[in-house]
Parts: sequence; structure tokens; C-alpha cells
Amino acid sequence: MQEFLDLTLGGISAGAVYAALGLALVIIYRATRVVNFAQPALALISTYLAYSVTKGTGSYWLGFAVAIVAGTLLGVATERLLIRPLRHRSELSSIIVTLGLLLVLQAVAGMIWSNEPLAFPYAFDFVGRFSANDLFVVLVVLVIAALVLVVFKYTPLGLRMRAAAFAPDVARTLGVRVGLMLTVGWGMAAAVGSLAGLLATPPFLFPNVLDGVFVYALTAAVLGGLDNPLGTIAGGFVLGVGLSYVSGYFGPETVTIAALAILVIVLTLRPAGLFGRAKARRV
Amino acid sequence: MTVRTSLPQASPGTAEQHRTRRMPPLLLHLLAALAALAVVVVLTLVTDEFTNLRIATVGYYLIAVAGLTLLTGLTGQVSLGHGAFMFIGAYTVALLVRRVPTFPLWADLLLAAAAGGLAGLLAGAAAARLRGPYLAGATLALAVGLPALTRRFQDFLGGSNGLNFTVHSRPSAMVGVVPELRWQTWIVWLSVLIALVFVVNIVRGKLGRTFRAVRDDEVAAALSGIHVGRTKILAFLISAVCGGLAGGLQAFLLGTAAPGSFTPALSLSLLAAVVLGGLGSLWGALWGAVALVYFQAWSEDLADVLHLNTDVANNLPLAVYGVILIVVVLAFPRGIQGGFQRLRGLLRRSAEQKENHEKH
Repeated sequence: MQEFLDLTLGGISAGAVYAALGLALVIIYRATRVVNFAQPALALISTYLAYSVTKGTGSYWLGFAVAIVAGTLLGVATERLLIRPLRHRSELSSIIVTLGLLLVLQAVAGMIWSNEPLAFPYAFDFVGRFSANDLFVVLVVLVIAALVLVVFKYTPLGLRMRAAAFAPDVARTLGVRVGLMLTVGWGMAAAVGSLAGLLATPPFLFPNVLDGVFVYALTAAVLGGLDNPLGTIAGGFVLGVGLSYVSGYFGPETVTIAALAILVIVLTLRPAGLFGRAKARRV
Repeated sequence: MTVRTSLPQASPGTAEQHRTRRMPPLLLHLLAALAALAVVVVLTLVTDEFTNLRIATVGYYLIAVAGLTLLTGLTGQVSLGHGAFMFIGAYTVALLVRRVPTFPLWADLLLAAAAGGLAGLLAGAAAARLRGPYLAGATLALAVGLPALTRRFQDFLGGSNGLNFTVHSRPSAMVGVVPELRWQTWIVWLSVLIALVFVVNIVRGKLGRTFRAVRDDEVAAALSGIHVGRTKILAFLISAVCGGLAGGLQAFLLGTAAPGSFTPALSLSLLAAVVLGGLGSLWGALWGAVALVYFQAWSEDLADVLHLNTDVANNLPLAVYGVILIVVVLAFPRGIQGGFQRLRGLLRRSAEQKENHEKH
């Protein structure tokens, strides 16, 4: 029972991170119908920058801030330079380009900071069951998620962003700067992604550190329905707790395969995700 | 297999043409494979051992990339998990050599291909229900998750160090005549070419057309009586068989199977090779495989020449693959083979123009 409780609590804080990174994917998917496979690499570069800043200045929070700003700029640059030229091309094109960016950025991170693991600090004390750090992770993610939902749903900016994503032509005739809105979406998403990277990375930072987390985040996003931010956040927490049990009872090495199994089973039963609404495909 | 109907009233002049055309494609492809094998043998005879190893490496990458070309280029299914099928093939060979040493090599390789195919069948069953980004995510999970299992089953799969073994593939008559590595290179290419004959035959035949129909428009394909789900599973199966064989050949060549060689980056570099060669072209697979091996080699040379530090040198190939993926998709979506085709078109047009010129 004790173990079960520990696993559940550990799963909640892990799930918060999956939810955050998943949210980053969903924001971009809603805006541009692209799954951003470069998201873990964008977050990786910002986390490495945080590492350098923290090391140079001694301040964790200065590094934190730099990472969020850098992440935002990387997201904006990606949309402008790589995604926009592909807007009339097939789905495969954008998948391949974001994968290319993933490879490049991971390699660049390895070139600058080496492939060896570097010690990366937690924000708060991390010892014990549901530590201060765990609480911080869960709270930050919940606040950010709420903020994103509010922005999308209740602000003029959010309304314009949704309009730009769902009916770009109509939005344009009504005076919405569609291109700008898509860029804002990518910037927002990459900022959330960088936050997830900062929370997911400790204790060690190396170029592939976010690969696993990204797979889980993608799984969470698919579970929730790629279109559905609320579903993705719920999916992240559900997956975090579920995988924590798998890790505890079957060993941590089986977790990724378990995530794959969950993904396949859920999509077999509910092709639009656990919380997604089934959508007819137009011919 | 393609069936060509000849016109009954064909004039005697074209009868010759029809006869050559009616040569069964399988035979044609077999002859081409034989010629290719001869070229490889000659190449290995005139080059040193180091280059032999590279030629063999091109061989197993070729079949892996060809498999992925069939899946991604022809059927439109993204797989970011082909490294996982290679992983399965490599470990199958390693386990068989270590546990069942009485098995002949060809049986090991065949079983490696079959094991890869089995995994592909499972992945394909999932793939039949997943589309675009979902499928990419699921196969990526396979590439990330599968190698981690070696640490779960330390005793059986050897943990992070993997499994080492020695294969003596050279018949005793050949010892002293042909160096081991050269012989291995021949075995690799023989296996690859046999597999390629099957792949080419499939791609050029009825099944290939079915694949393309599914890629171009699933709904239209379904309306014309194609079972879309089954077709996708079949494409995954064939593709994974190629991946399994490639992994098995790699293990046979290097005498080791370790999780470190089957990272997600491997899967992505295979995709880079497919894209660079030209999506949907089997010739492109060859250019892609050559590029995979030689970009790696060149970046090592470059690092040597420029005295780059090891961090930069180790990461250079991956950076190059990444840049290739981006630049090719943005600027040359048809890849190297597309470039060749355009070049040929230009040459033909200029030749025609010249002919017209002379006529007038």
C-alpha cells in the first residue's frame, strides 16, 4: 500500500511534465496542424542555456527566465523559417522538417556542451515523498495550463488565434493577422515546452534527455486528442500515474514500451483519443 | 507481376520489341542482381579492407533504406522506428549464433528477417489505424523503448554492452584465398541483392500499384476495391523484413549487437537517407545508403583535418543528416534521384531539339 501511494504521488509529478510538454504539442497542432517533433530539441537548447546561465551567475531563476525567453524565440524562428514555407505541402513534409531540426539541435547541443551528462539542479528540495519540488512542478504546470486555456478561450488574442487556425481565410478578411497569430502560437507553445524541459531534466542534462519525456508527452497528447488541451493535460496526468505503476512493478526499462502499448490500445478502441470527439474525415 | 497485353496486329518490326519486353520481370531483376553482385565483387577485389567494410555497410543500409522507401515513399506511411526492426534482426542473429551454434548462417539471417517481419506485422496492425503524426509518434516510441529492454533482461540480452560473438562464415576451402572481411562483404551483398529482387518485383508489380494508390488517396483506393488497412499492414511487414535482415547482416558483419547502435537517431538517419535519395525511388535508396556511409566517413576525415574537438566531431554526422532532411524537403523535394531524372529529361530534350534542328 505504501509503495502504491509512493508510485501514485511520483506519477502525478511526472505526469505534470508530460502534460506540459503535451500541451506545447497541442497548441502548435491546433495552430498549424503540425506535430512539432522538434519540440524536445527546442526545450533542450533552452535548458542548456539555463544551465550555462545558472552556472555563470549562480542564480537558478535567472537561468529559468532565460530558458523561457530563449524557448519562445526558438519557437518563433522555427515557425517563420521552416514551417511557413511548407504551409501548402503534405503532412509528411512538416514531419520530416521538424525531425531534421530535432537532429540538428541535438547535435548542436552535443557539440557545444558535449554528450556527457551535466548535473542540472532541481528548483526546490527534492528529497522524500512528494517533495517541495514535486509540489512546485505540479502547481506550475496547473497554473500554466489554466493560463493557456484562459488565453485561448476568453481573450481577444485567443479568439484571433483560434480564428486564424480554424478559418484562416475568413479571419483574414475580418482583419486578423493570420501569420502573426500562427507565430504567436508557436512562440507560446515553445515557451511552455521549455518550461516542461526545465522541470523534466533534473538531475542530469544530456542531448537525449528529453527523448523519453517527448514520447510520453506525445502519447499524452494523442490520448487526450491532439486538438484538445484539457484532454491532453488530463491525459498527461493519467499517463504519468499509469507509467509510474509500470515502472514500479515491472521495472523502469519497460516504461516506453508500455506507453506504446497504451497508445495502440487506446487508439484502437477510440481513434480520436480518450477525450477527443470523433471527426468525420472529409473526402 | 505485370501482365502486358500485346496488340494482335503488331507489325513484324515491333515483334522483336515485344519479345524482349515480355521477358519476365523476375528474370530481368535476377540478371540485374547478378550483374550488381559481379560489380561488388570486383569493387572489393580492387579496394583495401577498410573500403571493403564500407562497401558492406552500404549493403545493409541499402536494404534497410529500400524497405523504408517502400513504406514511406510508396505507401505514404511514416516510420521513425526502423532502427527498432534492425535492432530485432541484430539481436536475433546474435542470440542464434550464441545459443544455437549448429544453425547455418543463412538460417540465422532468414530468422532475423522473419523476426523483424513479425515485429512489423504488429506495428503494421497498429499502423492500419493510425495516421500521419500519430503513426510517427507510435513508431518513435518503438525506437526509443525497444533498446531499453536490453537493460531489463540483462542476462539474456547482455545489458548496455550487448552481445558479442564470432561467426566463421568462410568455408574451409576459401581460408587463405579470400580474407574474412571480403567474404563477409560478399555474403552481405548476396543477401541484400536477393532481398532487393523481391522488393523490386513487388514495387514494379500489382502490389506496388496498390501501395501507391493507398498513398495517393486512401478513400479512392478503398472505393476501387483495395483493402486499405491490409495493404498498410503488408507494407509494414515487407519493410520490417528488410529492416530485420539489415540488422542481422550488421550483427553478422560486426560480430556484435549492442543497444547503443540502435538509437532513435539511427531511425531518423534512415529516414534522412530515404528523403535524400528521393522519396519513392528505389534507386534513391542506393544513393541514400551510400550517403549515410560516406557522410559519416567524410565528417570523420573533416574532423581530423580541421582538428575539431571530439564533441563536435561525434555530433557532426547527425547535424549533417538533420540539415539534409530540412534542406532537401524545403528546396529539393524529389531528392537525388529526382535530380537525375530532371537531368535526363533535359538531355533528352536538348537531343530532340538538335535532331529537329538537323531535320529542318
